[in-house]
Amino acid sequence: MNTQQQEARERVIFKNVSKTYHGDHGSVKVVEDVSFNLAEGEFVSLIGPSGCGKTTMLQMLAGFVTPDTGSITLDGAAIKGPGSDRGVIFQEYGVFPWLTVQKNIEFGLSLSCNKRLGSNSKEIVSHYLKLMHLNGFENAYPKHLSGGMRQRLALARAYAVNPNILLMDEPFGALDAQTRLALQLQLMEVLTEEQKTVLLITHSVEEAIFLSNRILIISARPSQILRVVDVPFPYPRTPELTATPEFQKLRLELEELSMQQYAKQQELAAEEQ
Amino acid sequence: MSMLAGIASFSTLGAVWGVIWWLNLFDRGLLPAPWEVLNVLTVQMTEKELWLDILLSARRVVVGVFCGLAIALPVGFILGWYKSVRAFIDPVINFFRALPPIALIPLVIVYFGIGELARLSVLIYAAFFSSVIVIYEGIKMIPPIYIRVSKALGATDFEIFKRIVVPAALPHVLTAFRVSTGVCWTTLVAAELVAAERGLGAVIVNGQNFFQVPVIFVGIIMIGAVAVIMDQLLRYATAHLLTWQESI
Ligand SMILES: Nc1ncnc2c1ncn2[C@@H]1O[C@H](COP(=O)(O)OP(=O)(O)OP(=O)(O)O)[C@@H](O)[C@H]1O
Ligand SMILES: [Mg+2]
Repeated sequence: MNTQQQEARERVIFKNVSKTYHGDHGSVKVVEDVSFNLAEGEFVSLIGPSGCGKTTMLQMLAGFVTPDTGSITLDGAAIKGPGSDRGVIFQEYGVFPWLTVQKNIEFGLSLSCNKRLGSNSKEIVSHYLKLMHLNGFENAYPKHLSGGMRQRLALARAYAVNPNILLMDEPFGALDAQTRLALQLQLMEVLTEEQKTVLLITHSVEEAIFLSNRILIISARPSQILRVVDVPFPYPRTPELTATPEFQKLRLELEELSMQQYAKQQELAAEEQ
Repeated sequence: MSMLAGIASFSTLGAVWGVIWWLNLFDRGLLPAPWEVLNVLTVQMTEKELWLDILLSARRVVVGVFCGLAIALPVGFILGWYKSVRAFIDPVINFFRALPPIALIPLVIVYFGIGELARLSVLIYAAFFSSVIVIYEGIKMIPPIYIRVSKALGATDFEIFKRIVVPAALPHVLTAFRVSTGVCWTTLVAAELVAAERGLGAVIVNGQNFFQVPVIFVGIIMIGAVAVIMDQLLRYATAHLLTWQESI
């Protein structure tokens, strides 16, 4: 998370990326000619209306969706598929219902590709159990967890293998305001200790400003980058920042901008009905 | 609780039966009294080795179900996992699935005679076709998000199979187990009615041949009882293995 490092190494490069889905009800152009970079240690957020194609963009970087045209490279190599170098926090959580909370967190650590972390996996698991306030539920199955707890479990599972790049799809969406803030602060703490590159999808302008180096405002479908906003506030950031006039001014400005796109997307959706 | 309910409902059934007998609603030669049947049951157990018939029938079903499932598991997995194979094989499977296994008995007798091999082959057939579809539908329905999560964490194909596909498909495999046990039991009794020296179906046929109605009753009751016990065992095992599942 460096604002000053101009010469920081570019890790991810999206170059003229487009994607169209062909479904039973015709084709939908979801992403159109998107180009942006993620530099080492940079935190970038995507804000855009529901259904505009944010998840699609993130899944392309994760390696689950291939772009039709354009290219996405990670450290100079084209994305070939998913890999443990990129930790993904999915919008639908995807916690494994047949595993207890503890086994869910342990899952990644126990895979052969993460053997290097395996020796102290017990400590890692109990660390994230505590961090996500899931202690006491070690042996519970996900069916006994609330939505927010499942989301925290998904976070713990992804954090546990300590990926260098984090792709987070509305990771705090199901959480109450206090927990949300606590987890945001934790994330920033981890990021100051370790250089991680983060791509975050959120509907909260406030969250995006609070966390990011840079915000990409995404248009109604098909996704295009409408505006790139460099967030000027230095790290470490504290919750007091959100009360400052500068923060509020930026928030209002971006909210207005994104609201227009939300309205546009709604019109689009209404037309499709 | 369910045990008590079971006892209560069967006692009631017995009582109603007793009353019907007592009122002489049917010819008493055609409808024996419940205690008469109970008597015959003890006699059959102690003197005619009825337990051996029960054991034989149950063993045939268990062997048939295990062999059928042993084939259905890999085939179901391949069909569920590989779309192209499914499109090709599906029609054939649907044809054989729609065919009642009982309809094959005459053909099997022509091929294999009336021995153990004949019965076993019909049972394997029944178990396979009744379970393969449940298994492959189950594999097909595994939510892709679980596969994605594990891939993003770096799982290999084998790890995905072992740690995602197997546990996620387990509920369906257990359902397949229950379905095929039911189907096999029905098929077996039918097969034993047609051709068998021993087994519960044979007990009934003997009762018919010697016009011993109580013996027929004993055979029928035992067939039902064994079916219920097998199903309960499987239910119990299912509940035990799937504690993680959300109950509906
Ligand atoms: N696999 C797919 N096949 C066909 N259409 C798809 C597929 N995935 C997504 N879409 C469509 O593409 C569009 C964008 O979806 P996407 O999930 O990327 O949106 P999003 O911006 O993440 O929305 P949200 O904020 O609600 O999560 C939607 O209209 C969706 O219906
Ligand atoms: Mg999304």
